[in-house]
Amino acid sequence: MASYALKRLLQGLITVWFIATATFFGMHAVPGDPLTGDKALTEKIRENLEVKYGLNQPVITQYGIFLKNLAKGDLGISFTQENRRVNDIIAEHFPVSATLGVLAIFFAAIGGILWGALTALYRNRLPDTIIMLLVILGISVPSFVVAAVGQLSLVNLNDMAGTSVLPVGGWGTVWHMIVPSLVLGLSTMAYLTRLMRSSMLEIVSSDFVRTAKAKGIPAAQIFTRHQLRNAILPVITVLGPSIAAITTGGFVVEIIFAIPGLGRYFVQAVQQLDYTVIMGTTVFYGAFLVFMVILVDLIYGWIDPRVRLE
Amino acid sequence: MVEPPATDSESAFAQTAGKQLLVFGGVAFVAIAILMLALQALTNLMASNTTTAQAIDDVNNMISIAIREEPPQLNSTVATDASSGMIIGHVFEGLLRMNAKDQLEAGIAHKWHVTDTQVHFWLRTDARWSDGSTITAQDFVFGWQTALSPEVASEYAFLLFHIKNGRAINAGELPASELGVSTPNDFELIVQLERPVAFFDKMVTFPTYLPVPQKFYQATAGKYGADASELLYSGPYTISNWVHGSSLLLEKNEHYWDKDRIAIDKINIAYITSDSTASLNFFKDDKIATTTLTAENLDSALEERWQIKKHQDGAIFFLEFNHRKSHITQNYNLRRSMQLVLDMEELVYKVTKLPGYLPGESLFPEFLMGVETHFRKEYPATKNVLDRVRAREHIKLAKHELGLEAIPPLMLLTGDNAVSNIQAEWVQASLKKHLDLDIRIDKQIFKQRLAKMTAGEFDMVLAGWGPDYDDPLTFGDLFASWNLNNRGRYASDAMDGFISQVQDSVDPATRMRLFAQIQQLVYDDVVILPMYERGVTYVVHPRLKGMKRRVIGPQVDFTNAYIEPVSVN
Repeated sequence: MASYALKRLLQGLITVWFIATATFFGMHAVPGDPLTGDKALTEKIRENLEVKYGLNQPVITQYGIFLKNLAKGDLGISFTQENRRVNDIIAEHFPVSATLGVLAIFFAAIGGILWGALTALYRNRLPDTIIMLLVILGISVPSFVVAAVGQLSLVNLNDMAGTSVLPVGGWGTVWHMIVPSLVLGLSTMAYLTRLMRSSMLEIVSSDFVRTAKAKGIPAAQIFTRHQLRNAILPVITVLGPSIAAITTGGFVVEIIFAIPGLGRYFVQAVQQLDYTVIMGTTVFYGAFLVFMVILVDLIYGWIDPRVRLE
Repeated sequence: MVEPPATDSESAFAQTAGKQLLVFGGVAFVAIAILMLALQALTNLMASNTTTAQAIDDVNNMISIAIREEPPQLNSTVATDASSGMIIGHVFEGLLRMNAKDQLEAGIAHKWHVTDTQVHFWLRTDARWSDGSTITAQDFVFGWQTALSPEVASEYAFLLFHIKNGRAINAGELPASELGVSTPNDFELIVQLERPVAFFDKMVTFPTYLPVPQKFYQATAGKYGADASELLYSGPYTISNWVHGSSLLLEKNEHYWDKDRIAIDKINIAYITSDSTASLNFFKDDKIATTTLTAENLDSALEERWQIKKHQDGAIFFLEFNHRKSHITQNYNLRRSMQLVLDMEELVYKVTKLPGYLPGESLFPEFLMGVETHFRKEYPATKNVLDRVRAREHIKLAKHELGLEAIPPLMLLTGDNAVSNIQAEWVQASLKKHLDLDIRIDKQIFKQRLAKMTAGEFDMVLAGWGPDYDDPLTFGDLFASWNLNNRGRYASDAMDGFISQVQDSVDPATRMRLFAQIQQLVYDDVVILPMYERGVTYVVHPRLKGMKRRVIGPQVDFTNAYIEPVSVN
């Protein structure tokens, strides 16, 4: 197990290096640079800026410097945020995104498993029809629409109650987190519900469930131990990538609910070609994603002993 | 698929399983509640602040607002953007300032005297930094030398090139000490000019001209402006709390020399979001005291029966032609034919229909002042009379001159936002309809569009320009052959001549006459086609009075604002 984990970690490191390199050269290949702005710079001012940020050196030298600093854990200073270190930006804003993401993934996973099991149990009956309709909505409606509608409902709710029931935006308490995390987790929840439903239906008609019934094992035990536990496996598999997608994909929700997360720095950096922030956030998120996938694989082995043996 | 009818044992199983599921649901609910409590404890531990906002807070004499983005540069020597400019306008004050009626008035300098070669400022002796130390003439000299230093690499250093040796210092050819300024004592500042500047007094209201305290600056060890504690303030407010990406709290500066004129004690910048619908929701929820409106949410503002205000932000937008020899748009007749068919009133009033926008008539927007009154009143722009028949004649001439059977498709470069899309498609449709010209739209994101503009990879481009300072020259020198912002590379001796004369003159009447000639030349030679002047529509809480939107300086200015008391009846 330990050697397996070590092997995976090494593979992960190579993946992250590959992500960093591809991003670095891709970013430099895009027309324009961090200094391109609405107003043209005089040659001398541009030159001064290039020297200040080391942009006057060949791209391959810049790449070398970047790798060297990365190895030291130094991601550099932002081009657009005066005097702010990229390390500080990540340290300050990732916890917010992570908190939001953890809550969203909890909502998504628990909701997905419960709704999925419920629809399977009541297949082709009213609860199933209603929930599956909502699931289709949840998957197909884009998050910026859900977020805007969610926020507007909060405004109306507060308006009707005549007092602030739940905050419309901002950050700081659990009350600020509820609606944004529900919005953020919604599409994943919908997807997981569908996955759980089909997985559950497959299990229900399998041989070992029939055997268990024939043996006279109590219904509650069959449902929990034989059906639910086995049906959850595919859900766990997709959970890893989902965690990364949710924690990194909060951009829209963060903008609309005015949440100080990392997602918006990530997107803004790309728009502004803020090289250091692009590299910092990409490497960080890349490492995070790779780590999550490895972690889920390890957990998977723990839940399903068959995987461990292979 | 037909399902077999449920047997008794199946429904019994479903019932038991359903109960089981309900129990799990309950457990999950409790688990989420515990998780939330844990998260709450964790966020408390991380001591990040909690958003609290109230549009008008009478108890604390405070207003709350939202801004579009985190201010990227509060270091006045390098700041260039509007978000930073708004904060800087509230926490710093320079030698002079603009009052509520856009008139120049005394700031830290109580008296000033301008001649052709030098400007003399007398500073008040009671002006203090927010730590209580005196603001001296040396602080200004240090600020200017810093902004000009090649290592600091300020993008706006060129604004200081009016000062003697400014350009040479920025180029690294002279040491900073050679800057043409002297301080006979702590409260006198004498500036030598490189050449006469008619509007130098207005220039000093700009952030690049703000004072910087030398000792403090050096003590921050390169972190000047990165945090609230890494700044000293000379203006009406101080930043008492700055949570990056989240909020800023401005509090009245007790050391500000003119603090009695400030009526609002605290400005709570509670939200940072670029989403205008979110801002509107905060306004509806009575969390913020003002918000701008966009075309999409104007209707919902009208439904609420709010009083909607309009303001021109001073930016003009135009269709810029590529005048390089390699592009057929260098042909006058081709450009003239487009001028004769493109109806900017149709664009503004019927196509984009954005409130507050004005059809473009001139290179010079309406807000600019002439000798006595607005420049555009003193020198009205030539009215463009549309004439499709003559337009077709010009096309024929163009084909003849260019030796072409037909005009090949023209490349129209544009940005990727909704408004530019509509405009580009309108230009495309109009030119096809009236002149049978084929236009290909090249849609690019911000940086890539600028890169292509600079490289000259376009026939026409939807471009815009916002003023850097309060003088017609900020627009007037745009098409000088040496101006790097002249991306279409228009070059004519007449234009260069007018601009050189304007730059050398300080007589208001002469200067305005020259600007009028530039305005006429832009029309006659079809250098560009002005499309529109941008407008801003916004709403303000009925009890917040005296808020000022500015063209130059902070876009939104609360320094003259006050909260109206609740009426008794």
